Amino acid sequence: MDWEALIISYLFGFVLLNVLLLLMAYMTWFERRLVAFFQDRIGPNRTGPFGLLQPIADAVKLISKEDIVPANADRLIFLVAPLLSFVLAPLGALVVPFGESITLFGRQINLYVIDINVAALYFLAVGSMGVYGIILGGYASGNRYSLLGALRSTAQVISYELVLGLSLVGIFILTGSLSLVEILRAQQRTLVLGGLELPNWFILSQPLAFVLFLIAAVAETNRAPFDLPEAETELIAGYFTEYSGFRFSFYFLAEYINMIVVSLIAATLFLGGIDGPFADGIWWLAAKAFIFLFFYVWLRATLPRFRYDQLMGLAWKVLLPLALINIGMTGLVRLWGIGAL
Amino acid sequence: MIDFTQPTPVLLSEERQITETRRELVLNMGPQHPSTHGVLRVRLTLEGETVVACDPVIGYLHRGVEKLGESHRYAQFVPWTDRTDYVAAPSNNLGYVLAVEKLCGIEAPERAQYWRMIMAELARIASHLVWLGTHALDIGALSVSLYTFRDRELILDIFEKFCGARLTTNMMEIGGFSRKIPPELPEMVRDFCRYFPKAIREYEDLLTENPIWLARTKGVGIVEPEVAINYSLTGACLRGSGVNYDVRKAMPYLLYDRIDFEVPLGTHGDVYDRYLVRVEEMRQSIRIIEQCLDQVPTDGPLMAYESNYVIPPHETVMTTAEDMQRHFIWVIKGFSPPKGEVYQAIEHSKGELGYYIVSDGSPIPYRLRIRSPDFVNLQSLPYMAQGAMLADVVALIGTIDIVLGSVDR
Repeated sequence: MDWEALIISYLFGFVLLNVLLLLMAYMTWFERRLVAFFQDRIGPNRTGPFGLLQPIADAVKLISKEDIVPANADRLIFLVAPLLSFVLAPLGALVVPFGESITLFGRQINLYVIDINVAALYFLAVGSMGVYGIILGGYASGNRYSLLGALRSTAQVISYELVLGLSLVGIFILTGSLSLVEILRAQQRTLVLGGLELPNWFILSQPLAFVLFLIAAVAETNRAPFDLPEAETELIAGYFTEYSGFRFSFYFLAEYINMIVVSLIAATLFLGGIDGPFADGIWWLAAKAFIFLFFYVWLRATLPRFRYDQLMGLAWKVLLPLALINIGMTGLVRLWGIGAL
Repeated sequence: MIDFTQPTPVLLSEERQITETRRELVLNMGPQHPSTHGVLRVRLTLEGETVVACDPVIGYLHRGVEKLGESHRYAQFVPWTDRTDYVAAPSNNLGYVLAVEKLCGIEAPERAQYWRMIMAELARIASHLVWLGTHALDIGALSVSLYTFRDRELILDIFEKFCGARLTTNMMEIGGFSRKIPPELPEMVRDFCRYFPKAIREYEDLLTENPIWLARTKGVGIVEPEVAINYSLTGACLRGSGVNYDVRKAMPYLLYDRIDFEVPLGTHGDVYDRYLVRVEEMRQSIRIIEQCLDQVPTDGPLMAYESNYVIPPHETVMTTAEDMQRHFIWVIKGFSPPKGEVYQAIEHSKGELGYYIVSDGSPIPYRLRIRSPDFVNLQSLPYMAQGAMLADVVALIGTIDIVLGSVDR
């Protein structure tokens, strides 16, 4: 075993985790400011320049709050559940390639923590594990609103996980690999379409899958208009109604980190990741992920919330058949070898 | 015979065991809940997410306003009417003031009547804006509420310009207005009328054809016309079901018979139709205000000073002995309307608001009863909620358009 490479991977993972946490903190600031602009308000602008210290102030406030455990809660599960959600959230980012590799101090350093041959499956698996935190937290709270939120979340994640996974199958067929690094390399070729030289990004060859992935990803991260588990106006706060202080913020952290991870994965899978004009690099990945994050906030500021039965109907009656059709079409195209796909 | 020494038994839906393994869940929604519009409590029996039974429990904001009316002199009660339906305070003032005027047989001057109509219609728009914002917020559309509250500010500015208060305006007085109309007020109202149709289009862009909004509101909470009449619903809840009843047309008060406006009607009686009806009502209100502004005399009395029931004008109180004495009596003792009873209904933003006053000839009413529209409309909630989903319940509470201050009084 190459211990040096392992240690470098660990270090890279450590840095990545901290960057994610920082990004998450500023994602809350960004969302609040942006939603405020959508709504003709100003948003947090008092703490530091442009309100940039607001996330830190929020964190200090949340840490100093009392950690309340309700009397009829299942104590152990209640205390552990938010941690579960939080720990599993950033794991998906480990397989995101931020580039090929660079040479630093005479050493080859890969710009990804790990390149496993089932990276896409790993991302899906970690994503669905995160829902355990929600289910257990909702169940253990001993509150009926939380219970309903947890039930909704279970049904929602199971349905949309399926769509999320199936929407990616087209890409797997085209690249013949589940590794994100391989998928990224496949997108760096050029695609010739009707005399035009386009980058071989999968948004161009798999547009339907992209739309399906986008919808499913929003549902998977419990964001508006699919924020039923935490539907504020129906279930008060859903599964985290009873949580307070930093345990509450663990759920919050998990949700925002999930958003960032999903955005990074979507940018890598469909928009060519680090690939871009002028010079390839991590800035392109950041810009593309930012588009998705903006999209998340935009949705939240604009759309009403789905009802539970409509949500399930959308997943099983619309998205799932479309995903299957997409797989079939991609398979046929691949079989007959049309174009440069 | 009710034994008042014992606590009143409260009838509540029960948690029934359906089969060995299935049990209904009772969910207590409110009185502290973000979308019960105040302190409404709804006890829901759920099977999964489906509502089996729904009991609205009211009374958490009961302040005994009717009883207060029976212990205050007639003019003193006007501020209390502000506090029943506090999102449309001028309309409440209007209903009470008209009832007292009917009892005393006085009529406000034409100019005051026009301004009363303008203020009442502005109050209707303000109330509908609060309704639209909170209703959309309940269904999950966040931004609409901010837009509607932004535009409601303009109406509150007009109120503030006129009487100094924004929410509990205490604007109307028995006999008309004793305040002067500020010279810049007509232009302020006109500016608002010019601006507001654009704002309505903005809300409609966000909601009317939004597929999620359609899915959440169409076919939800259907009330058939006969059922609506049997529940004695009024206002948009009734007109959404297609029954043409608007107090302004059916029993015109003020000068509504001189104004040309339409009463929007729904066809299906669902949440979406009631939404459309209310949005159209806001447009019609703008039409009414514009016509009023065109017709209102620019000069003339605002108060029916010739009547003995009305407070004498400030100027003559300071200069003539007779008016000073009258003013003294009016303030210390109050005026005594003739014996009799009177019911006056107006078209409030939420439906028919009626004031029923029984006078025994003394300066305080013998009995005062407020028929508040949302109290009556709220009783249709269990009917609408049968078989609905949990998420529909908040949409239904929103569509009835309740203000708990008015429901509980």
